[in-house]
Amino acid sequence: MSRSAVAPVHAFDAANPRRRELAREDLAGGLARWRLAWALARGDITHRYRGSILGPMWLTLSTAVMLGALGFLYAKLFRIDMTDYLPWLTVSLIVWNTLNQTVTDATTSLTGAEGVIRQLPLPYSVHAMRVVLRNAIIAAHNLPLIAVIFLIFGVVPRWTALLAIPGFLLMAIGGFAASIFLGMVCARFRDIPPIISSLMQVAFFVSAVIWKPSQVGHWEPFLPINPIFAVMEAIRAPIMGETGSLFVWVAAIGWTAVLAAVSWAFFVRFRGRIAFWV
Amino acid sequence: MVGIDAADLAIEFPLYHHNARSLKQRILASSGLRLKKDEDNRIVVAALRGLTFTIGRGERVALVGPNGAGKTTLLRAIAGVYEPVAGRLHVEGEIGSLIDPAAGMDMLLTGRENVVLRALYRGLTEAEGRALAEEVAGFAGLGDFLDVPIRGYSAGMNVRLAFAMATAMTPDILLMDEWFLAGDADFMRKAEERLAHLVTGADILMIATHDMTVVRKWCTRAIRLEGGRITADGPVEDVLAEAGL
Repeated sequence: MSRSAVAPVHAFDAANPRRRELAREDLAGGLARWRLAWALARGDITHRYRGSILGPMWLTLSTAVMLGALGFLYAKLFRIDMTDYLPWLTVSLIVWNTLNQTVTDATTSLTGAEGVIRQLPLPYSVHAMRVVLRNAIIAAHNLPLIAVIFLIFGVVPRWTALLAIPGFLLMAIGGFAASIFLGMVCARFRDIPPIISSLMQVAFFVSAVIWKPSQVGHWEPFLPINPIFAVMEAIRAPIMGETGSLFVWVAAIGWTAVLAAVSWAFFVRFRGRIAFWV
Repeated sequence: MVGIDAADLAIEFPLYHHNARSLKQRILASSGLRLKKDEDNRIVVAALRGLTFTIGRGERVALVGPNGAGKTTLLRAIAGVYEPVAGRLHVEGEIGSLIDPAAGMDMLLTGRENVVLRALYRGLTEAEGRALAEEVAGFAGLGDFLDVPIRGYSAGMNVRLAFAMATAMTPDILLMDEWFLAGDADFMRKAEERLAHLVTGADILMIATHDMTVVRKWCTRAIRLEGGRITADGPVEDVLAEAGL
């Protein structure tokens, strides 16, 4: 291995902490180590299913089981036609599961990497990227279910499905920002993770995951005020063959931008404290 | 220019996640000298206080001092893990850190896979990591165990692997905590050879240890830490003689 010509420098002066510059370096260094984040994310999944015969296919199977059970039950409860409801619920639940799991993982993005943080100098953004990639892998195992259900119920996707790509991109950016922000807040204040998990339980019911937005009647246009609904709808509506309203997109982009800005401000200010918090 | 330069360096650990009030009563009352309140009224442990030193190329520095003197904290600060609360720290050079042999290791992966993973931690590619694995294999002398998950390794084997990985990446500055002394005699001889080879260049070795044989054999300079402060700094024999060792 050849030695690099220019020796890397790390310098810190408490009188002039250059916080913004260090945060930028962290972000750039983290993105440059995407290979590491990918290897760690893949390891998380393969380790979870080590020794199991189906392996990560369990992700697909357990979602399928839940869909089967909930689909029949709620179609009956809401007295809606199954052929209309089940494809929608499939998309809805898979998108929700991805979002919910990303938020849950975000709360432990830094505390879960304590061993590494306290021993090795590494850009913190690597840990946030690991959370996003891990959940992207899980989502990739669940998305084929949508195709299966669409095939069974004869739903033909329209061109709007392409709009789901920017939708997923918004969710990935939001997940990354949340992993930094929640990761830091949860490392410092250990009561936040249970608060987040109870909030997510509430969010499941208010964010139109199992009921259709049209069921709330004239309240429907106001639903995107809820950031979770906005981001979910930016993915779900395109897959279901609609473009999603302009307000949905404005809200989804706006909320993601707000989260990113807050998370960046926090990261700049408190990045140097993370090693003491975890 | 490879080197470490610290001026008035201080590191404090806030005591989070404890019952602050009862802790305050119990510890401040018994007047632990290194526990104090910072400006936000938090209790902090002053791990390092007012450290000023310069280490230049080719120096082999031993950090000596009693348990809790701040030796490992200083190594971690130099590695870039802890950000100082006061003072300046300037470190120039690629750092190889042997502070915790298990850091960044995945117990379920094989030795070889762990070398690749470590290469990724260092910002290298998988291909570079695989090339490195060959080099590490030769030095660590793990034989067939290189393709066995490392949770089946003995403590000594872990140390061999960690040492081989850290030194194979030819760091400019090698930071070591004393655990690596867990290797057997054969390994220690090889390690010594490799360190000698490594340090004859423009490199710096910093090692925290209680083993004075190692200090006398490997080091050119000793820094004695006590209660987070430097109490002695100079040629090995002078510092050890002063401390009565």
